[in-house]
Amino acid sequence: MNWDWSAVADFMPAFWDGVLTTLQALVLGSLISFTLGLVWAIAFRAPARFIRWPVGLITEFIRNTPLLVQLFFLFFVLPEWGIQFSALTTGIVAIGLHYSTYTAQVYRAGIEAVPAGQWEAATALSLPGRRTWFAVILPQAFRRVVPALGNYVISMLKDTPLLMSIGVLEMLQQARLQGASTFQYTEPLTVVGLAFIVIAYPASLLLRALERRLVR
Amino acid sequence: MSADTNPLENDLANPPVDGSELIRFDKVTKRFGANTVLDELDFSVASGKHVTLIGPSGSGKTTILRLLMTLTRPDEGTIKVNGDYLTHEDKNGRLVPAGEKHIREVRKNIGMVFQQFNLFPNMKVLRNITEAPVTVLGLSKDEAEERARELLDMVGLADRCDAYPTQLSGGQQQRVAIARALAMRPQVLLLDEVTSALDPELVAGVLDVLRDIARTTDITMLCVTHEMNFARDISDQVLMFDSGRVIESGTPEKIFGDPEQERTREFLSAVL
Repeated sequence: MNWDWSAVADFMPAFWDGVLTTLQALVLGSLISFTLGLVWAIAFRAPARFIRWPVGLITEFIRNTPLLVQLFFLFFVLPEWGIQFSALTTGIVAIGLHYSTYTAQVYRAGIEAVPAGQWEAATALSLPGRRTWFAVILPQAFRRVVPALGNYVISMLKDTPLLMSIGVLEMLQQARLQGASTFQYTEPLTVVGLAFIVIAYPASLLLRALERRLVR
Repeated sequence: MSADTNPLENDLANPPVDGSELIRFDKVTKRFGANTVLDELDFSVASGKHVTLIGPSGSGKTTILRLLMTLTRPDEGTIKVNGDYLTHEDKNGRLVPAGEKHIREVRKNIGMVFQQFNLFPNMKVLRNITEAPVTVLGLSKDEAEERARELLDMVGLADRCDAYPTQLSGGQQQRVAIARALAMRPQVLLLDEVTSALDPELVAGVLDVLRDIARTTDITMLCVTHEMNFARDISDQVLMFDSGRVIESGTPEKIFGDPEQERTREFLSAVL
């Protein structure tokens, strides 16, 4: 088998499109999972049972079914009910939703790790509930959960190829199409494999730096 | 500290110091599982008084402070602060559990200093003190900061505004916690074993600050402490607890000098 640099060069335009799509899915998916996960985590501690129970049920359901099934469901079943998005949007929502159930557990652990005395001090000062959450509890919880959240970002990155199953032109799909049309799979697949490392490794370094800054 | 710069003298709380009843427990019972911590407890504190609760651990002293701070709720009985029910509301002549709004309103009169300080580690010292006055009392940031600096000056930490709590010693953290509680201008200050978590050499500094406050203000104090000398120093009244009941009360001279109950004598000889 010979390595053909011209095949690499030929792949580049499609590859960069794929990189852009992958990064888009990763960044927006992360944002959704971080925000939605926080909503779930706060709802886990809601005083009202009629909030806690449904949220617990929904998140357990999502967490325990495969992302691929959810992807297919959102892409093929929802349109039957008149709800239709582009493949990329569907993919981003699916990844964000799926991973929000993981980040919710991370946040939950972080929130539970904040000492009870912090809640008590907030009560003693009569801080309103919202203020207690956003000024006292969450800033302390975030600090503890950054490493775990970071791992899920890496994990999300590695799950983005699943989006090709609904026709999103992310990196792997671009490589597959390139291979199919030129019968040269080695170069595009190698480039894509390396691209995952090139994205993931600096990301984990960045997270480690952030972790060092936050843990005081 | 000279008298004319005492930040507490003029504007702190302005509690009525006519000796009227500020706190009343009426047949308060609190159980944790099968364990009855307080058993139909009745007691009251007059405004402006410094009352110390002593007694063996597990006798319910800290529970009284936690009930007043609404960190836990009574199983039976009622608590009144300034004539208002704390965790109950009078609805058409019937006593019902109070809503959050009512509780907040009554609770604003109460401040608490904890054994473990419980400063907010994510905020600098100054913001620890200004956070509640700004968000709860609606003070402007400038007003709150000016007052916080005065209070920090009073507890001897004027130069540590910009430190984070973890950069301070335990004694310094506890003095910041005292300033934080006072910034809310409470009528009652609850002190829950505030020196128990401190290294021995740091205890004196904290107690000095509290003596100052007791001497120079009209604030009502309710202390749980194992520092008997401190209790003797600042108290107008000492309550001896055992098994969820007050078994003896009186002036410090009386309780420490000539207790009536055998149980009190045993306890004091063990701790003194």
